[in-house]
Amino acid sequence: MLKRSFAVLALLVIASMILTACGSTGTTTGTQAAPAAASGNVIKIATQSPLSGDQSVVGADIKNGAQLALTQLSGPLTAMGFTVQLAPYDDMANPDTGVANAKQIVSDPSILCVVGHYNSGVQIPSSEVYHSAGLANVSPANTNPTVTTRGYPEINRIVGRDDVQGVVGADFAASKGMKSVYVIHDKTAYGQGIAEFFQKEAQAKGMQVLGFQGTEEKANFDPIITPIMAANPDAVYFGGMFSQAAVLFKQARDRGYNGMFLSDDGFDSSDAAKIAGQELLGGAGTFYSTVSGPASVYPDTAKFITDFKAAYNHDPQPFAAQSYDSMAICLAAIENAAKANNNQIPTRGQVASAVRALKDFKGITGTYNFNSIGDPTTSKYFVIQVKSADPTQWSSNTIVQTLDIAPPAPQQ
Amino acid sequence: MAGYSIKDLTKNIQRGVWPYVIMLTHVLVGTILVYLNPRSIIAFLILVTSFFSLYRLNADIRFKFVTGALLALVIMPVLGVRNIFYLEVIFQISVFSALALGLNIVVGFAGLLDLGYVAFYAVGAYLWAFFGSKQYYVLPYAPGTQPANLPFLLPGDMFYLFIFLGIIAAALTGILLGLPVLRVRGDYLAIVTLGFGEVIRVLAANLDKPLNFTNGPQGITPIQRPTMPQAAVDGFNAIFGRLVGHPADVASLYNVMFYLIALVVIIIIVMVTRRLEDSKIGRAWAAVREDETAAIAMGIPLVKMKLAAFAAGASFAGAMGVLLAASRTFISPESFSFMQSIGVLSMVILGGQGSIAGAILGAATVTILNLQILQGLSLYLSQLRQSNAVIPLINFAWKNLSPQLDPAQYQRMFFGLILILMMIFRPEGMIPAQRRKKKLASEAIPVEE
Amino acid sequence: MKKYLKSINLMELLRPIGQLVVFSLGSAAVLSVIVLALAFVLDYTIVGRTLFAQLKVSLFTYTIVNLPQVLIDGLTLGFVYATVALGYTMVYGVLEFINFAHSEIFAIGAFVGVEILIALQGAGILDHSSLFMSYVFLFLAMLAGMAVAGGAAVTMERVAYRPLRNAPRLVPLISAIGVSFFLQDSIRLVESLTTGQFNRIFPTFGNFDNRLVFGKLPMGTTEIPLGIPIKSVIVIIAALLMLIGLNYLVNATKVGKAIRSVAQDRSTASLMGINVNRIIAITFLVGGSLGGAAGLLYALKFTRIDPYVGFYPGLKAFTAAVLGGIGNITGALLGGIVLGMLETFAGAYLSAFTMGAAGSEYKDIFAFGILILVLIFRPNGLLGENVSQKA
Repeated sequence: MLKRSFAVLALLVIASMILTACGSTGTTTGTQAAPAAASGNVIKIATQSPLSGDQSVVGADIKNGAQLALTQLSGPLTAMGFTVQLAPYDDMANPDTGVANAKQIVSDPSILCVVGHYNSGVQIPSSEVYHSAGLANVSPANTNPTVTTRGYPEINRIVGRDDVQGVVGADFAASKGMKSVYVIHDKTAYGQGIAEFFQKEAQAKGMQVLGFQGTEEKANFDPIITPIMAANPDAVYFGGMFSQAAVLFKQARDRGYNGMFLSDDGFDSSDAAKIAGQELLGGAGTFYSTVSGPASVYPDTAKFITDFKAAYNHDPQPFAAQSYDSMAICLAAIENAAKANNNQIPTRGQVASAVRALKDFKGITGTYNFNSIGDPTTSKYFVIQVKSADPTQWSSNTIVQTLDIAPPAPQQ
Repeated sequence: MAGYSIKDLTKNIQRGVWPYVIMLTHVLVGTILVYLNPRSIIAFLILVTSFFSLYRLNADIRFKFVTGALLALVIMPVLGVRNIFYLEVIFQISVFSALALGLNIVVGFAGLLDLGYVAFYAVGAYLWAFFGSKQYYVLPYAPGTQPANLPFLLPGDMFYLFIFLGIIAAALTGILLGLPVLRVRGDYLAIVTLGFGEVIRVLAANLDKPLNFTNGPQGITPIQRPTMPQAAVDGFNAIFGRLVGHPADVASLYNVMFYLIALVVIIIIVMVTRRLEDSKIGRAWAAVREDETAAIAMGIPLVKMKLAAFAAGASFAGAMGVLLAASRTFISPESFSFMQSIGVLSMVILGGQGSIAGAILGAATVTILNLQILQGLSLYLSQLRQSNAVIPLINFAWKNLSPQLDPAQYQRMFFGLILILMMIFRPEGMIPAQRRKKKLASEAIPVEE
Repeated sequence: MKKYLKSINLMELLRPIGQLVVFSLGSAAVLSVIVLALAFVLDYTIVGRTLFAQLKVSLFTYTIVNLPQVLIDGLTLGFVYATVALGYTMVYGVLEFINFAHSEIFAIGAFVGVEILIALQGAGILDHSSLFMSYVFLFLAMLAGMAVAGGAAVTMERVAYRPLRNAPRLVPLISAIGVSFFLQDSIRLVESLTTGQFNRIFPTFGNFDNRLVFGKLPMGTTEIPLGIPIKSVIVIIAALLMLIGLNYLVNATKVGKAIRSVAQDRSTASLMGINVNRIIAITFLVGGSLGGAAGLLYALKFTRIDPYVGFYPGLKAFTAAVLGGIGNITGALLGGIVLGMLETFAGAYLSAFTMGAAGSEYKDIFAFGILILVLIFRPNGLLGENVSQKA
C-alpha cells in the first residue's frame, strides 16, 4: 500500500513539476522559453478577467481587447528597445483567485500596469493589493462607485460609474415623455448598481416606478413578465448584460408588451439582435445608453471591430473596446514615464502617476482625463436606438441623444 | 542491483538516520531554493512538499514537531513576506485546510454528503461583515446610496470575540438546518444541503431590501481588521528584516497574522477531530456511516449523532468565515457559490475521506493546482505565443496557435480530468484513512462478469 | 416477443397520462386556492391598498385575472424540468447514483441540435422551407441531438462510472462532478474553435415564435392578453411523448423488464442471465438521449445556450426528481410540474404580495424550501417508495 501511495504521489509531483517547470522558466527568467525576451528589458502588462467558467464570454474578450491593443500600439515602446508582453490571468470571477493572482502580479517586477477585472466583487479586494504595491490599474468594466471612492492613486477606470449611467437612462426616458417604468436588474453589482440609480433619478423626474426586481434567471422570464404586463408601464429598464436583457425583451414582446425597452452599455452587442431580432423593433422600440459610440459614426470604433473580427473571428463582446482603451492608456503612460526616466524602465510609482497625468487621451471609446480619484472627468454618453433586426447591421444603430456628464465630485 | 526494488528503497529510507537526513535536506534545499529564487514555482513546491516528508518519514516525534513548527512559523512567513504571493498561497491553503477538515467531519466521519458546506462559511463571514463594518448604519439606505463618513459599529479588535461568535452562529445554523433534514438519507441529504447553500447565497444577494443587511451583490466594504501594533511591525523587521531584504509593510504582516490565526484554528481542529475520532462519538459516527440501520439497532441516537457532526463541521467553517471577512475587508455573495462547496468537497475526497492529513494535503493540492500550476501553464503558453518560438520538428510557430486554445480558459477541464482519474485509480484518496483503507481492500471484488 | 406484446395493457400505457392530468390539476388547484385566499385576506391590509393606489385594481382581481396565464407558464416550465428530470431519475432508479453530469449531456444535445439548425440556416434551407419541413428539420435536429447525447452518456458510463461501480457511494459522485466539469469545457473548446465564440443562438424559423392567443382579460385600465407560444405547446407534447415512450420501454418490453430487475438486485439479475453491463449501458443510452431531447427543447424555448447552460436546469430538475421521489418516472414528472408551478407562482405574485419588498429573486428559495418541507413529511419524495438502504 505504501509503495502504491508513494508511486501515485511521485507521479503527481512529477506531473506538476513538469507543468511548472515550463511555468517557472517562463515567469521567472523568461529567457530560455521566450528567446525574444531579453530579461531586463521586458515590460509586462497584466490582464485579469474571468477566462474560465460561464462569465468568460465577456471575460475572454476583455483579455482579447487588451491583447489587440498591445499588438497594435506597443510600437513606440518597442522602438525604445523594450519588449512588451501581455500576462493574462484568470480570476475565475472569484475574489480569492483574484487576490491571489493580484499578489502574483505584484511579485513580478516586470509588470507595470494591470488591465482588469470584470466583476466589481473581484476588483475591489484585488485592487487593495495593487494599491499596496503601488501598481497602476485601469479598469475597463467596473462601474461600482467603491472602485474609485476609496481614493487610491493607482486605481483608475474608463467606464462611467453606476451613479452616472443610470441617471442618463432615466433622463432619456423622461425626455421621451415616459410616465411610468418597470425596473429589472441582473443581481450583479454592475446591473443592480445602475438600476438603483436609474430608479432614484426616475422618481426625481416624476416618473412612477411600478416595480423594481432583480433576477439571476437567464432563460425563463415568464414569472417576471406577468407583473410587468399587469402594471403596463410605458418603459421597461433592464440593468445588466445583453444575454439576459435580449431574452427578457423578446419574451415580453412576444407576450404582447408594446412599450419601450431601455438598457445600459451591457446591451451593446450584436448578439442582442441575434437573440431578439424583430422583437427589438416593435412597440415603442429598444434603446440603450453606452459610452462607446456606434461604429458608423466613429471610424476608430469601426476599425476596432474589423480588426477584432480579423484577429478573433467573432464580434467583440461588451467591454472589449474599453479593454482596448485601458491597455492603450497603460501603454501611453508607460511610454511617458519611460521618456521621463531617460528611456529606462520606469518604476511602478512613475507609471501610476503617469496614468493620472494623461491629458486628453484619445481612445476609441472617447477622450479621457482622470480626476483626483481616477474617474474619467467627463464621459460622453450616447443613447442609441436599435434600428435593424439583422445582427450584421448592429453598427448602423442610430444615436438619439448625446450627453456629456461628469462623475460626482470626489468626496474624501 | 538485481532485486533491489522500490519497496526495499522505501523500507531502507525509513531506517536509522536516513529519515532525519532526508527531512533536513528537503527542508534546507527547499528553503534555500525559495530564498535564492523567490519567484520560482518549483522551488516553492519543493518547500511545501517538505511538510509531506515530515509527515511520512519515521522519526522522533519531538524532532518532527520542532522542524514542522520552525517551517510553519518562521520559514514560511519570512519567505512569504519576501514574495507576498506565496504568503497568499499558504494563507489560502490554511483556510481551505480548515474548511476541508471541517467538512471531513461531516463527510468523512459521519458519511453525510454535504453539497452546501459553503453556507456556513458565509454565515461566519457575513456575521463579522455586518458587525465589523458600517453596515449597521447603512440599514435604511439602498445599496450605493448611503452618505459618506458613517462610523464603524464596533472596534476592530472585537474580531477575536467574533471568531467565537462565528463558531456559535455557524453551529446553530447547522443545527437549525440539521433538525428537519437529517432524517432524510444519503442522496436526499445531498440535494437538500445543496439547496440550502443556494438559499444562503440568494439571501445574501437579496437582503438589501426592505432593510439593507447585506448590501446585496455590491458586497460589504470596508470590514475592519484587528489592530496591528507598531511594535509588531518593528519587531518583525528587527528580527527578520535582513533576511527578507526589504522592510515588511503592515499589509503583508496582516497576511502573516491571518495565516497564523488560521494555523491556530487548524491545530485546534486537528486536536478536536483526533480526539473525536477515537471517542464514543467518533465510533458512533463510523457506525452511522457504515450502516445506519445497524447503528440504530445498536442503540446509537442517530439524529443526535448526525446533528453533532453537522454542528461540529459547520462551526469550523464559521470561524474561517470571520477570518476571511477580516482578511479581505470585503465580502460579496460571489465568494459563496456552489463551485466553492464543490471545491472543498473535492479537497476532502482527493486527500482521503476521514483522513486528517489527507484533508490538508487535498486542500494544498487543489489550491496550488488552481492558483499556481494551471495559471503558470497558461502564462507560459501566452508568452510562447508572443515570442518567435517554433516547435522544431513540425515547424509550427507558436504565434499561430489559436487563442481559443489558451489553457487558462479550460481550468475546469483539467480539474475535472484530475477528479475522474483520481476516483478511478485511487478512490480512497491520497492519504487514506486507516479504517477506510481496510474496508476498501476487502471490498475489491472484480466487477466484470 | 408476441407474448410480451399481448401482455401490454393499453390502460397500463396510458396510466401516466392520467396521473399527470390529476397531478397538474391538483397542484394547480392547490396553489390557486392558496394565492386567492392570501389575496382575499391581504386585500384588506396595506398590501391591497398599495396595489390599488398603483394599478387601480384590488389585489383579489389582480390575482384572479393573472391566474390563467400563470398556470399556463407554470405548466410549461414544469414540463421543461420534467424532461430533464426523466434522465436523472432513469439512472438513479437503476444505479442509485446521482449522475451529476446529466446537465452536460443535456447541453450536448442542445448544442448538436442547434448547430445542425444553424448549418441548415447558413445553407439557406431553413428560411425557404415550408411549415411542414421546418417541423421535420426540428425533429431531425432533435434526433441528432438525442443520438449524440445518448452516445456521450454511454461513453461516460463506460469510462468514468463502470470502473467505480462497487466503490463507496461518494466515489462515483465525485467522478460525475469531474465528468461534468470536463464536458463543460470540452463543449466550450469545440464550439469556440469553430467560430471563436461558444454561445449559440437558436435560429428563427418556422412558426415556433408565434403565439396562440385565447383572448384578453380586462384588468383596471389595462388588458392582459392570455396565450401560449407554439414552442411551449411543442415542449409539452414532446414531454408527454417522452413519458409515454419511457413508460412503455420500462414497463412493457423485455429490455424494460431487464432494467427493472437490474434496478432491484444486480447480482441476482446477472445470475438470471441478464448482462448487467449491457443493461446499464442501455439505461444510460436512454437517459442520455432523453437529456439530449430536453436540451434541444430548452434551446427552442429559451433561445440562447452556452456550455454552462445545463447547470441551473439540471439543478432544478434534480430537485424535481427528488421532490417526486427519485427513481420513479412519474414522480419526476410530478416533481417537475410542482416545481415549475411553484416557481412561476412565486415569481409572479411575490412582488405584489410583499409590496415590492421581495420579488421573483426569491423563487429559488421557494423551490428549495418546498423541497425541505416535503422531505420532512415524506422523506422519500412525493411518490417514492420506502426503499431500504442498500448496505
